[in-house]
Amino acid sequence: MNETGPLILVIDDESAMRRFLRVSLESHGYRWVEADSGREGLAQAAQRNPDLVLLDLGLPDQDGLEVTSRLREWAKMPIIVISARGQEEDKVRALDAGADDYLTKPFGVNELLARIRVALRHAHGAAGPSAPSIEVGGLKLDLERREVFVDGREIHLTPIEYKLLTLLAKHAGKVLTHRQILKEVWGPNQSDHVHYVRVHMAELRKKIEQNPARPTWLVTEPGVGYRFRDRPAESAD
Amino acid sequence: MPALADHRPDPDELLKRVEAEEQRAKRGKLTVFFGAAPGVGKTYAMLEVARSEMEREKRDVVVGIVETHGRYETGALTLGLELLPRRKLSYRGVELEEFDLDTALARKPDVLLVDELAHTNAEGSRHAKRWQDVEELLDAGIDVFTTLNVQHVESLNDVIAKITGVIVRETVPDSILEQAAAIKLVDLPPEDLLERLREGKVYVSAQAQRAIENFFRKGNLIALRELALRHTAERVDAEMLAYRRAQGIEQTWATTEQILVAVSPSPYSARLVRAARRMATALHAKWFAVYVEPASARKLAPDAQTRLSQNLRLAEQLGGEVVTLSAENPSEELVRFAHEHNVSKIVIGKPLALRPWERLRGSFVDRMVRLTGDIDVFVTAGDPEDGEKVAEKAATAPIHVPSYVAALGATALSTGAAWFLFGRDQLADVVMVYLLGVVLVSARVGLVPSLVAALASVATFDFLFIPPYLTFAVADLRHGVTFGVMFFVAAVTSGLTQRVRNQAAAWREREARTAALYALSRELSGARDAEQVLRVAAEHLERVFESQVEFFLPTSAGRLLRVHASAGFADQGDRELSVAQWVFAHAEEAGLGTSTLPGGKVLYVPLMASGGIAGVLGLCPKDPARFTELEHRRQVDAFAAQLAMASERARLAEETERARREIEAEQLRSSLLSSVSHDLRTPLAVITGAAGTLVQNEPHVAEASRKELLQTILDEAERLNRLIRNLLDMTRLESGAVNVKKEWIPVDELVGAALGRMETRLAGRDIRVELAPDLPLVPCDAILVEQALFNLLDNAAKYGADPLEVRATPQQGEIMFEVADRGPGVPAGHETRIFDKFHRAGAEASAGGVGLGLAICRAIALAHGGRIWVHNREGGGAAFRFTLPIDGQPPPLAKSEETPSVRDSKP
Repeated sequence: MNETGPLILVIDDESAMRRFLRVSLESHGYRWVEADSGREGLAQAAQRNPDLVLLDLGLPDQDGLEVTSRLREWAKMPIIVISARGQEEDKVRALDAGADDYLTKPFGVNELLARIRVALRHAHGAAGPSAPSIEVGGLKLDLERREVFVDGREIHLTPIEYKLLTLLAKHAGKVLTHRQILKEVWGPNQSDHVHYVRVHMAELRKKIEQNPARPTWLVTEPGVGYRFRDRPAESAD
Repeated sequence: MPALADHRPDPDELLKRVEAEEQRAKRGKLTVFFGAAPGVGKTYAMLEVARSEMEREKRDVVVGIVETHGRYETGALTLGLELLPRRKLSYRGVELEEFDLDTALARKPDVLLVDELAHTNAEGSRHAKRWQDVEELLDAGIDVFTTLNVQHVESLNDVIAKITGVIVRETVPDSILEQAAAIKLVDLPPEDLLERLREGKVYVSAQAQRAIENFFRKGNLIALRELALRHTAERVDAEMLAYRRAQGIEQTWATTEQILVAVSPSPYSARLVRAARRMATALHAKWFAVYVEPASARKLAPDAQTRLSQNLRLAEQLGGEVVTLSAENPSEELVRFAHEHNVSKIVIGKPLALRPWERLRGSFVDRMVRLTGDIDVFVTAGDPEDGEKVAEKAATAPIHVPSYVAALGATALSTGAAWFLFGRDQLADVVMVYLLGVVLVSARVGLVPSLVAALASVATFDFLFIPPYLTFAVADLRHGVTFGVMFFVAAVTSGLTQRVRNQAAAWREREARTAALYALSRELSGARDAEQVLRVAAEHLERVFESQVEFFLPTSAGRLLRVHASAGFADQGDRELSVAQWVFAHAEEAGLGTSTLPGGKVLYVPLMASGGIAGVLGLCPKDPARFTELEHRRQVDAFAAQLAMASERARLAEETERARREIEAEQLRSSLLSSVSHDLRTPLAVITGAAGTLVQNEPHVAEASRKELLQTILDEAERLNRLIRNLLDMTRLESGAVNVKKEWIPVDELVGAALGRMETRLAGRDIRVELAPDLPLVPCDAILVEQALFNLLDNAAKYGADPLEVRATPQQGEIMFEVADRGPGVPAGHETRIFDKFHRAGAEASAGGVGLGLAICRAIALAHGGRIWVHNREGGGAAFRFTLPIDGQPPPLAKSEETPSVRDSKP
């Protein structure tokens, strides 16, 4: 067992699921601790102070959403929620309540590891100074000069589009809900106008994506929000 | 009338008897203690029998109500018997005690004693008469002992009134006596009764003292005793006959005689009805009470209408079949009806005095005798009921002033015209002018103004044109003929006019009734469900009967629920509900104008459908008097029947629909089950096999095979996942758990998300996306539409060949999505069925899926108000298309966002 890898707390009531996660995490150098209920999960989180929490939304004793809020009362570690399809609203609520990302059952190991890596990177990166520029594939954001280039060609963006792009790019790999984006870009009072985000996102795609219907960077998470993809998808559906 | 040649009992007759016996077995038994006069000891005899029932047979005997009138011997007999408390009610400040029907029903003893069957209940009781209470007790299966004097028997009522000179208003219908399981005659010779009376052993109330003195004469008592004995004997006869029938002993198998009695609004008619009833009983015949409404006659005056209703109701109570006909000629119609129904005897009334024209043309009786041929006609004379002489009169119209003005004006005009045109020389022409005036006037006004016009014409003619002038004297007698002709013309013309007018009015009214009924039935036939039926019916009832309307329908537990009421019709609460409940239980009308609770404001009519009673209709009219009119009530009944039929039809339609849906659901379930059991097991079997191989033979499996097995597990798990997801989606869409949350979404986002999810599956495939520039935002549920696109892509990837094409094109008010491929296309004839659940276009089950993907697409498109279809493309392949409507405008974007950027964003 790797004694130095990040500690991951798995809260899930299904033992088969816990076993699968344990095997996958162990073999990739993570340390783990598990809990089969929300209450125990909260206790373990307080006791062991893990680097990341994998939380199943369908717990028998407590709503996953409640566990998320309780954790967020005192802890800043990334939380990735695991849910079934058809629970889009639960996901969005968990994300709005402070979860960092989500995984839809069933998911592959690669997808799981990618999400964990992104979450841990953002958790560590949040403390340090932000880079002056972001470069992913042909897309380059010069944050200091507020310039955007695709394949070396400068792209003219409106302030909203620029804010949108930088917000997503700073959280590269991580899902952002419509509400979170609205709050960050338009301010806290516009939370009902989700279609602002959609319309401007469509415009932004037209400007920077080669094929807006099959975007390279600005990926739609149906019913949830958007994700800036900084590397090829590990797994889709 | 043909006598029955066969001596076997008629099967229908037998069936009727069996049914009657079954009915009797469930019902309580009625024992009547029958006497000739008050004081013969009926109550005493009843109590004695009751005691022995209780002591010897150990039966549960309860006294419902017994009047001991303070007599010691009688009172002593009630000792030891349970006495029901009486219901106290106050009526106009007077405290009254009445028999408490509800307590008795709740107590439900074996035997209940209810004295004085003919008693009239105080107002505010459920039934007007005690015998109705007793009927309800019998229906509830309680045996009842009761007492009755012969003078209270309905069919003997008038005979006795004649003998004794005392009119008894409290009567009991004969049908109740016929139902009685036993009639016990309590007999006392008149001498002994008079003796008891002298000893003060007969209770006589103070008010009745004088009447009673007349009543208790020896002659009366002998006659009454004889009537009581005879009535009992008749019943014994009837029992004998019934026994014979039961045994099949057939000697006096009665030829089925039918008797008809002609009923009119006349107060004498009640007597006719009773006479017919006695005749029918004696002959064991069926009888009809027929009223023929003269088609052209004026409407009956309200009191005549009331009397007619009473007469008909009496006939109904006495067991006659009541028929109302309408004809121009009553006698002909009666005879026609008689022939049609094989009537052998007709009972009609003897007119008291003949009207002048009847002397001329022959009276009603003469005509009947002439027309009837082989039918016997019985002409019965009679006194009016209750000794009152009621003059028969048509409704008198109020004096119509303009008619008289017209009459006199016409006379003046005729006079002027005659004077100036012809003068005094041409008398013949003058007469013609006057005649013209009279004819013109009488064609327009009633009889009396016409005669006034005739009289005025004659008078002025005489005064101005006949010598000696300016006097009313007549020198030449020939002029008398002229006067006569003028009068006659006036009378005949106005008579004819009046007749035509009355006829027209009658037709109009009938037409209106029919039209109202037709309108109702037409609208009801368009009603889709029970609720709409009630709403439509309520509208019509409110309008036609000027009433407030309420409906009660039974719940599954059999309790009634007020489901609909006119605006402003306050819920009357439990009391009204209990009346409705009673109507529902007994399938009889109650309330306003009926014999049960006649004092109520609301008329309750049962809604009788073929499958039993469907509910209860309550009508609260603005003008309660109208509801006593026979025609009006018949109209109510007709409406109720229509309504009952319609609501039954609606109910049946709903049931059929439910059954159909259940069958469909059942079929779906079974095909789901068979499909699922196959499609779930296949991947499971593969996974289990592959994983098992790996676990058991791990060291011996070559690296390549190991990889292959693992890949198989992954693929099959993926397939299983798709399958379950589709099943869940379909179930959620079908159960309505999914509500479409529409938001304004850019099209490329929808397409992009679907393609994004398909990315691994579509890797290496040739995919062409064509999105029209400037596509509008689409109001839709992003998750659902993305799912639909995903399913279509999945379908195309599975069955089709490259290139796969995805298109979105704006159209008038909608946007069309298309997913097309170059595969084999859709087999002919499957273009619609391909969207059905569990439909697979060929034997490609191996391609995975349960045939739900396209069904889900259809459900999603329909849920958005769009369409979905497929067609084969030229050059091969299928193109699936669906549309989403674009309703309304997307909300505007805030202005600040439109500011151009680059200038201020650059340093």
